Amino acid sequence: MKITKSIALAVAILGLGGLAAEAQIRIGATVAETGPAGALGDPEAKTLRMMVDQINAQGGVLGEQIDLVLYDDGGDPNNARTFAIRLIEHDEVSAIIGGTTTGASMAVLAVAAEEEVPFISLAGGIQVIDPVNPFTFKTPHTDRMACQKIFEDMQGRGLVRVGMISGTDGFGASMRGQCLDVADDYGIEIVADESYAPGDADMVPQLTNIRNAPGIQAVLNPGFGAGPAIVTRNYAQLNIDLPFYQSHGVAGQAFIDLSGAENAEGVRLPGTALLVADQLASDDPQHDVVIAYRDAYVALYNEPVSTFGGYAHDALTILIDAIVRNGDADPDPIDLRDAIEATSGLTGTTGTYTFSSDDHLGLDLSAFRLLEIRDGDWTQAQ
Amino acid sequence: MSDLLQFLISGVTVGAVYALLALGFTIIFNASDVVNFAQGEFVMLGGMGTAAGIGAGLPLPLAALLAILGTAAVGVALNKLAVEPARGAPVVSVIIITIGAAIFLQGAAGIVFGKQIHRYPGFSGETPIDLAGATILPQTFWVLAGAGLTFVALWVFFTRTLIGKAVLATANNRLAASLVGINTRYIMSLSFGFSAAIGAIAGVLVTPITLTSYDSGIGLAISGFAAAMLGGLGNPLGALVGGLVLGILEVLTAGYISSQYKDAVSFVLIIFVLLFMPQGLFGQKSIERV
Repeated sequence: MKITKSIALAVAILGLGGLAAEAQIRIGATVAETGPAGALGDPEAKTLRMMVDQINAQGGVLGEQIDLVLYDDGGDPNNARTFAIRLIEHDEVSAIIGGTTTGASMAVLAVAAEEEVPFISLAGGIQVIDPVNPFTFKTPHTDRMACQKIFEDMQGRGLVRVGMISGTDGFGASMRGQCLDVADDYGIEIVADESYAPGDADMVPQLTNIRNAPGIQAVLNPGFGAGPAIVTRNYAQLNIDLPFYQSHGVAGQAFIDLSGAENAEGVRLPGTALLVADQLASDDPQHDVVIAYRDAYVALYNEPVSTFGGYAHDALTILIDAIVRNGDADPDPIDLRDAIEATSGLTGTTGTYTFSSDDHLGLDLSAFRLLEIRDGDWTQAQ
Repeated sequence: MSDLLQFLISGVTVGAVYALLALGFTIIFNASDVVNFAQGEFVMLGGMGTAAGIGAGLPLPLAALLAILGTAAVGVALNKLAVEPARGAPVVSVIIITIGAAIFLQGAAGIVFGKQIHRYPGFSGETPIDLAGATILPQTFWVLAGAGLTFVALWVFFTRTLIGKAVLATANNRLAASLVGINTRYIMSLSFGFSAAIGAIAGVLVTPITLTSYDSGIGLAISGFAAAMLGGLGNPLGALVGGLVLGILEVLTAGYISSQYKDAVSFVLIIFVLLFMPQGLFGQKSIERV
């Protein structure tokens, strides 16, 4: 009995070893599949697994299969740091994708810089790429750009006096700071500045105060998760009749479902092309990319795509593109980094990426689309 | 004036949920001297279970009933599998076991129900009702009525039925209770089952307003525990008053002082109450007889 077990074990180990040797291009990932940012990291992990399977089924990259090593860091920077070291030193990956939360991304950034391995972050915070770290790139827009996009639209509609109600979680607090910072550039005056904690069940008092702010013309709610849906419901409950803006943090079908379509009617937010895939003009550069990703994801997982999965899609697309351009199935990390930085005009679900030595985000405001909820669906705001 | 009314309505709604949580804490504390930090998970399970049932095509009352019964079963299982085997261990160890159970339930819910946020429509529609310049969601009345009925039903149970009195007797003195022939192990399971069912009822009622997700239990447990401490741990009336006071405090702070310090102000006030009345508002002074 014991001998049979040992033999089985040995065969299993040999089998694993055989697999590892066969798969030459090793890509590492550490995302928050669980934990507070689980709703973001879950579609990211699913997207990476789906795409790697797709690529391998089509013969891999440069004739080699891709081996994805994916860890769940739960959004915790300490775990992310540990996994980043393990990916580089033990799993010997060529590059890392991940860091769902800004905290986790900053932890991986430090390791990637020290070990000189390219890292493509999936986090929103501007500090990931500002100041630019040679080895770190990122795919999502920054929250600063979201504020700019929203204020640009308000300016166009002649809305000047704005009330803000922000979540006190990392996302909401960071975006609140960025919005306060850029408001002046667009002639926006913040006349009310309220907040709520994640997990709060009722934002009626804050909204009542915002409604009572003299001369208020519009309301903006930076946040993600359940908070913005509750704010939207309370907003409708209180019959507040002012233009209402949400952030890109809630850009997904779930937000409409949780808020109730009638409550969310007319809400505007900056989002990606992914949400309005069917409404894109067929000559839109993002049309084909977005439709292909969405159809594959929905077919495999039977759940709607989210912006966050799109970030992972773009990160892997950028990485594969760079590996192919570099032309080496076992790339030198420095060469691979240079190839990523040379990415130019690459269309993803989030926008069209063009990196340079002083821009490791590679997107501009045009990549954001201003969306409006109409009849329970996303439309492009006119 | 209409602002104040609006704030009070919000405060009472949130407070009713805290009160039900505090009641759950109280029942288990009375039966076992244990503070059960998995109490928030029961609320989460009630909401998630109902959402899943409705998602599977069940009518709301059936889905809610199944969720409440299922959660009660989880409560009994928690007692049988985790708390009872640790009998004789110090109370602190058992409390830590309940924290572990809370983390386990959260993880299991994430796998079973998914990590998305869930909700289902209010029981009587979603159109707000105008009342003297304030607007109320119809679901608010369900929450208040449900919480009120739960309290009344439990009061009747504890004062008018033999089993209820047996629970009270066990709470007063477990050794004496077992000496007069009360099966205290059965009473423990019963208390966990009741406590879980009460949590689940709160979850069923409040999910249309607050939404629910697999990780919403811990935050609820902390607020409910604070409410129970404020009212006096172990006193059902204290649970009711503590919950309502905490809910109203939070909302008035957010409305009139600053939403930034909403939680801070209410918790600082709780600290003051406990400094001057260590047993809480309704707790009994513990007297050491020598």
